[in-house]
Amino acid sequence: MNYNWDWGVFFKSTGIGDEIYLDWFVTGLGWTIAVSLAAWIVALALGSLLGVMRTVPNRWVSGFATAYVELFRNVPLLVQLFLWYFLVPDLLPEPLEMWFKQDLSPATSAYLSVIVCLGLFTAARVCEQVRTGIQALPKGQAAAAYALGFRLPQIYGNVLLPQAYRIIIPPLTSEFLNVFKNSSVASLIGLMELLAQTKQTAEFTANLFEAFTLATLIYFTLNMTLMLIMRAIEKKVRVPGMISLGGK
Amino acid sequence: MDFSAIVPALPGLAEGMLMTLKLMVMGVLGGVVLGTLLAMMRLSHNPLLAKLAGFYVNYFRSIPLLLVITWFYFAVPFILRAITGEDTPVGAFTSCLVAFVMFEAAYYCEIVRAGIQSISRGQMSAAQALGMSYGQMMRLVILPQAFRKMTPLLLQQSIILFQDTSLVYTVGLMDFLNSARSRGDIIGQPHEFLIFAGLVYFLVSFSASLLVKQLQKRLAV
Repeated sequence: MNYNWDWGVFFKSTGIGDEIYLDWFVTGLGWTIAVSLAAWIVALALGSLLGVMRTVPNRWVSGFATAYVELFRNVPLLVQLFLWYFLVPDLLPEPLEMWFKQDLSPATSAYLSVIVCLGLFTAARVCEQVRTGIQALPKGQAAAAYALGFRLPQIYGNVLLPQAYRIIIPPLTSEFLNVFKNSSVASLIGLMELLAQTKQTAEFTANLFEAFTLATLIYFTLNMTLMLIMRAIEKKVRVPGMISLGGK
Repeated sequence: MDFSAIVPALPGLAEGMLMTLKLMVMGVLGGVVLGTLLAMMRLSHNPLLAKLAGFYVNYFRSIPLLLVITWFYFAVPFILRAITGEDTPVGAFTSCLVAFVMFEAAYYCEIVRAGIQSISRGQMSAAQALGMSYGQMMRLVILPQAFRKMTPLLLQQSIILFQDTSLVYTVGLMDFLNSARSRGDIIGQPHEFLIFAGLVYFLVSFSASLLVKQLQKRLAV
């Protein structure tokens, strides 16, 4: 059997309404971005909180954050996703469970599960970066803030975190890119994001090389674009005098 | 929740775990070999080879592993047919293994490259002064030292691969996660089996990463 190359396949009709296959990729990319951005917001907020907790001078608080990181780093992402999607809804209180299973459309319930899963998974990684950033600062910073009469929340909010974030932009960028790549697991619980649309196109048209080539190109371009944006941000917010820590 | 149904299923689950470990070990070995070759290409004086390896690494690092696994599952039979000219049936295992080796090689390449670059220049000069060829120098002088330095990082990456093997679920290969899922579904206790699977993954990777940390302390100069 010969393979029939046809790069025009993306402009052919899918047979559903007047959609062309390219529309599927656009929809898929939309879902991928929607999942990734929402999960990233969760990860950044929770990860920062946990990162601060790991450096706080209280054994119970930092111990809790450490346990969180170890738990979420050592269970595969796919297992976590199945737990959130199949198990957790059953453990919810009755009205909430009914709402999740019956009132929500399948796409919405999958979307919610992926955001929670990917957000909490990535938070463990963000936590480690935030902790590294805080610990990379000279001890004198916290000491000086204490001496000025700052309370602990003020020390973190006004002195440590603003500097730490700017140091860790490069590793945070790679975590951000990881979220985009990891969002592809959503295809395994039926969310029609980029990978799922690609698979569907490959199955419908039998032009699998074209479909997967386009998908990798989209991921590649997305990655490069985000990297350039983050690099520009990094340059803009660099702390004067801390260039060596800033990754350049 | 009733976990007693897991006990009779243990032999089947162990078979799944064996598949997971087989994928991981072969993926690590293949990935390290290919990754080392790529690292040597990236560091070579030939600009074409260096560019080629650089592109390979950037390419595989910017696409999801799940996409690579899915793609290769579809593509490997086609490519084999184009090469050999006849239908060669390949199972999901082979195509997954190829996907893991090629994908992980990009990550191992960066680790090995950093390892080679951390060896002092004098070692290379001394080897050249002794009249060694490039191959002898790499094999006898540079790589043995570099590998000792990067063992912890290589092991950490291998733990990540251990977790990532669960993605073969997408092509229906019976690894540990998939055998737990299917057994749980048949018995009608999917939750218990899923929790058990998560627990086993956690225990294996957590204890492995503790061991790596110990090793790191011992290897530290």
